[in-house]
Amino acid sequence: MPRRYVLVGNGPASVSAAIAIRQRDSTGDILIVGDEKPGFYSRPGLAYLLTGTVPEGHLFSRPDSEYRRYGLRRQVGRVTRLDPKGHRVELASGQTIDYDRLLLAPGARALRPNVPGMDLDGVVTLDNLDDARRILKLARRAKTAVVVGGGITALELAEGLAAQGVATHYLLRKDRYWSNVLDAAESSLVESRLEAEGIRLHRQADLAAVVGKGGRVRAVELKDGRRLDAGIVAVAIGIQPRIELAQAAGLTCDRGVWTDEYMRTSDPDVYAAGDVAEVYDPASGRRVLDSLWSIAIDQGRTAGANMAGAGEPYPRGIPFNVTRIGGLTTTLIGAVGNGREDGDLVALARGDSESWRQQADAFTVEAEADVSRVRLLVGERTLLGAVVMGDQKLSRPLQDLICEQVDILPLRQRLLSSPKDLPDLVTSAWRDTRARR
Amino acid sequence: MVTAHVVAEPARCVECGICSFNCPLGIDVRSHARQGLPIADSHCLTCGECVARCPRGTLRMESSQVFTSPTAEQNG
Repeated sequence: MPRRYVLVGNGPASVSAAIAIRQRDSTGDILIVGDEKPGFYSRPGLAYLLTGTVPEGHLFSRPDSEYRRYGLRRQVGRVTRLDPKGHRVELASGQTIDYDRLLLAPGARALRPNVPGMDLDGVVTLDNLDDARRILKLARRAKTAVVVGGGITALELAEGLAAQGVATHYLLRKDRYWSNVLDAAESSLVESRLEAEGIRLHRQADLAAVVGKGGRVRAVELKDGRRLDAGIVAVAIGIQPRIELAQAAGLTCDRGVWTDEYMRTSDPDVYAAGDVAEVYDPASGRRVLDSLWSIAIDQGRTAGANMAGAGEPYPRGIPFNVTRIGGLTTTLIGAVGNGREDGDLVALARGDSESWRQQADAFTVEAEADVSRVRLLVGERTLLGAVVMGDQKLSRPLQDLICEQVDILPLRQRLLSSPKDLPDLVTSAWRDTRARR
Repeated sequence: MVTAHVVAEPARCVECGICSFNCPLGIDVRSHARQGLPIADSHCLTCGECVARCPRGTLRMESSQVFTSPTAEQNG
């Protein structure tokens, strides 16, 4: 009898797991159960849908023909119960599905601040395509919006709403944007770009309540008594991995569903990957949460391979992301943070990695030109992290040098003593590395 | 003959579709990009529109030796 694989979630982790299973098991029955009706789409692409950069139809990157090509079945449904002993899941419709191997990849959902008014019509988060559609619909009639939160999603919301012609206010609880990942100059660069886009920043602005009339949002009240009119209140204070199924089934969970380095949960036939997984990293001895598209794909690939019996550990690399914040293309690689808390985020955000918040035992070297900026964390023998904002010429070289942990001892002293030469030194070290390959 | 073609780094691709949307010839650039395949479509003009529009730096233009003369082949 063919092995029965059930994959909960229809995002990048699930689909890459399904393909990895198929590559090792040509006869297995692979069923993907997702609770969203639309097919597979780019979740990071929702930011560009909000800004009008790409139409909705172009977000669908994996057509049904791709599922058919790999012999994958897809079903829309919400899994409400997991019975690991009985090897069975139950759907909201009452249907039960038996499995031999199960993948949990349901993703994460946005957290909401614990203030009055969060249930009013017009309070939005950006978890999925339905949310983006709702925001665009609301933006057609709203004159003003207030954005609360931090990280990449808060800016996606603020810039999206501003691009839709809504007068947008962005509340910062403390003094600057993304203060545990960016340094003060980087925050300032982003903030000035947001202001140039017409987004009004309010510092030391702590949300006290969302005020409504007739069930609809009308304004926000701040703890210091200020009041701002708002037809939309967009919230991005962090995400919560969707661990409920695993938790109720008795699987070991903390912030996410715990997995070992093979992406296996505390039940040997249940795996987890993507935003829901809190993955053991043997190198650091820590469990880590990431919310990055490429990491979800990599984790799914490892989980799928192991569900089909490969026995391969997850090759955790150094997390990196390239994104646009404040209209500036920005690359984040490795440990670039200061180890402190962020005022605007209560948890990991989307497009975020816990690794970035870590403080590296390193010297910082910076170079600036116009609206471009490079910050480099220089360790004893390797580069430990980098932030590249604006001009991206050094993005790929630094990605390679950091992720491949290239020995930088020959140029370390020059890097530290002559920051203005940073671009040339990095480029020539990268060229040398490529030439040696 | 030296020419150029578009190559992709899949680890940067988030499948947003901006590349395909902006291709003047409607080539499905994304399906190549997410799989790390060069844009091997013979219709590709190498206009660079997809490279310039990608918000993640997934795509880049790389020079390539597409036609090699028989003499050059013989000379190795």
